[in-house]
Order: sequence, then C-alpha cells, then structure tokens
Amino acid sequence: MTLTRKKRMLWILSLLCSASIATAFALAALQENINLFYTPTQIVAGEAPMGTRIRAGGLVEEGSLNRAQDSLEVRFGVTDGARSIIVRYQGILPDLFREGQGIVVLGKLENDGKLYADQVLAKHDENYMPPETLHALKQAKTIRQIPSSKQESTE
Amino acid sequence: MNWTWFYKWGSPKWFYSMSGKFLPWLVTASVLLLGIGLIWGLAFAPPDYQQGNSFRIIYIHVPAALLAQSIYIMLAGTGIIGLIWKIKLADVALRQAAPIGAWMTVIALTSGAIWGKPTWGAYWVWDARLTSMLILLFLYLGIIALGQAITNRDSAARGCALLAVVGVVNIPIIKYSVEWWNTLHQPASFSYSHQPAMPTQMWLPLLIAVLGFYCFFGAVLFARMRLELLRRESGSRWADAEIARLLKDRI
Repeated sequence: MTLTRKKRMLWILSLLCSASIATAFALAALQENINLFYTPTQIVAGEAPMGTRIRAGGLVEEGSLNRAQDSLEVRFGVTDGARSIIVRYQGILPDLFREGQGIVVLGKLENDGKLYADQVLAKHDENYMPPETLHALKQAKTIRQIPSSKQESTE
Repeated sequence: MNWTWFYKWGSPKWFYSMSGKFLPWLVTASVLLLGIGLIWGLAFAPPDYQQGNSFRIIYIHVPAALLAQSIYIMLAGTGIIGLIWKIKLADVALRQAAPIGAWMTVIALTSGAIWGKPTWGAYWVWDARLTSMLILLFLYLGIIALGQAITNRDSAARGCALLAVVGVVNIPIIKYSVEWWNTLHQPASFSYSHQPAMPTQMWLPLLIAVLGFYCFFGAVLFARMRLELLRRESGSRWADAEIARLLKDRI
C-alpha cells in the first residue's frame, strides 16, 4: 500500500473509533431509559417512579391468576424469582399469556404498591419446538420423577 | 502480497464479464433454495408448541433481518475500499446494494410487526432491538438520499461511503441489544457456539431459506451493478459494443 492509502486508512479508522466511542457514551448515558422494563425487585426497592406510566417485566406467578366472574378484570402476581408485585388489569390478554410465562405490563404504580396496567405484552423465548416434542419431554420428566420420589419415601 | 486479483476485480470490464458468468448460477440457486426453504418452512415444518402456526413467519422474518444487517456490513466494506483505493466499482456496489438492504429491513420490520401482534400483543414496542432496526432503515434511506442529492459523482461516492462506514456502529448494537438491555424481543435462536434452539426439522428449512435470501441478494445485486456499469461506462468501446449486442434483437 502506498503512503496516501495508509494515511486514508488511518483517517477512516480514527473516524470509526470516534463514532463508536461517541455512541458508547450516548448509550451509557441512556442506559436506564433503553431498558424496556423494571423488574419486580427494582419496583419493591422503590426505584420505579410512582403515578407515572412505567413498564414492569417478569414471570406470571404460578397460582396467582384471579379472574373476575362478570368482567374482563384480572389480577395476577409478577415475579422475577426474588420479589413479586401484584398487577391489576382489565382487557384482552395476548394468546401466550399464562402462568409461568414471561410478560411485560404497562401501567401506573399506585400508593397501595399495586400496578394498574393498561397493556399486557407476552414475551417468549428463543426456543421453538413441535407440540409432540413438548409432550415427549413432559413424559420423560414424569418417568424420571417417579423413581426419585420413591427413593425419598423409603428414606 | 499479490494484489493483481484485487485490481482485476476493480476493473469494470472484467467485473462485467465475470458477473455475467456467475449470474445464471446465482439465479438458479436462489430460485431453488427459496422455493424449497419457504415451501418446507411455511407448509411442512411442524408448528410451535406455544405459538402454533404463527411461528412460521420466522422463515421470512429471520432471513430478511439477517440479510439486512449483512448488506449493511457489505456497504461499510465497499465504502472503506472506495475511500482508500478510490475504486469506482466499490461505489457502484455500495449504491446498488443500498436499496436492496432497505427493502430487506422493511420486510424484517413488517413481518416482525405482523408476528408481534398475535404473540406479544402489540405491533410495535419501543424496545432496543426494534428501535435499532428502525435506525438501520433510516441509515439506508439516508445513504440512498445522499447519493441522489449530490450531482458530482465523486463527492456523492465519498459522502455515501463515509455515511456507510460511520453507520456500521449500529450493527453491533442491533446484534447485542437483546443481551445488553431488557427487551421484549427474545435473544437469537442461533449462534456459532451453541446448538440451535429448535429441532432439525425446524431449523433446516430456515437455513435453506437464509441461503436462498443470500443468493437472491447476490443475483439482484449483480444484475443491478451490470446495468449501472453499462450506464456509467457508456462511451467506452466495450460498453457500447455490449449495449449494441443487447439491443440487436429489440430493434
């Protein structure tokens, strides 16, 4: 490579470096705003603002789902494994909503510590499988669980 | 190191004759791979245990999104070559690939929105992955607009190349957005180091569709570059001879 070309290459490299450093600073400054949601631990710790619209994310707590008999109102717990919060919502839930599912809710945090949601979004993970595979997995699990529970009872 | 091959490929005449030989193969490969991959994926692959049949849009969404990012990396690469070596062919490649990349981004965003409504419950969420992908679309549109706005060919080439190089910063942000921040979008199902997060009868058609999209891009890019070369080089002997040959049957 000739000298002028080396010079040009250095110019481009420095341009690319400065652009990435500038972006890194901007992203670091925006860190908290880019996160899509607060976790229940953050909300319980008081990191989320009260009375304004926020997003909270976590898993729908097993056995916490309560549906009203005469309306679309639901109440459920959202947990991240450590802490959990109670969410109240009125409206249509997405297809993937179920207990144990990861979700993101949008709503206001009120003084009673409950989140009054106006939108519920379902998250899904990157794993895909046919229904038969899930069936087979479940069967394999129950078969494995039977001997282990027997062992426990004999001890 | 021997650089003659590099300069040879930089010659418009050489590129025109070589790309003419590759083009039919690329077209055949893309028709075959796209046909097999999409029909297999959309009709015969098993449905997902949670999402049912709506998961099948993955066979369009993932290839388009992958290609949209790859094309941008290619734009940055040709931009660097064009800026350092002042090879005109690099500028032709950059300018002709940009609209294809923009369309792939549009396909990725639209198919994502259609997929998002039934599974997430919303067409659009301002989450880091979706937003950085929207920025990619604006980068593409910016490069196209900049190229159209500057009439001097050399200044237009330099402007587009600079924008392409600076904008490549967005690519790692798209890729790692799902790991750096809490997002609604799920992490990638594929990586170089792990097994795919789905069984073979699901990822094999996806792989074929991805290869088909790449071949399709190669074919469209070569066809567009050949036409642009004839336009730019008209006046030179080889280009005029080729244009006369192409028009012979028409007149």
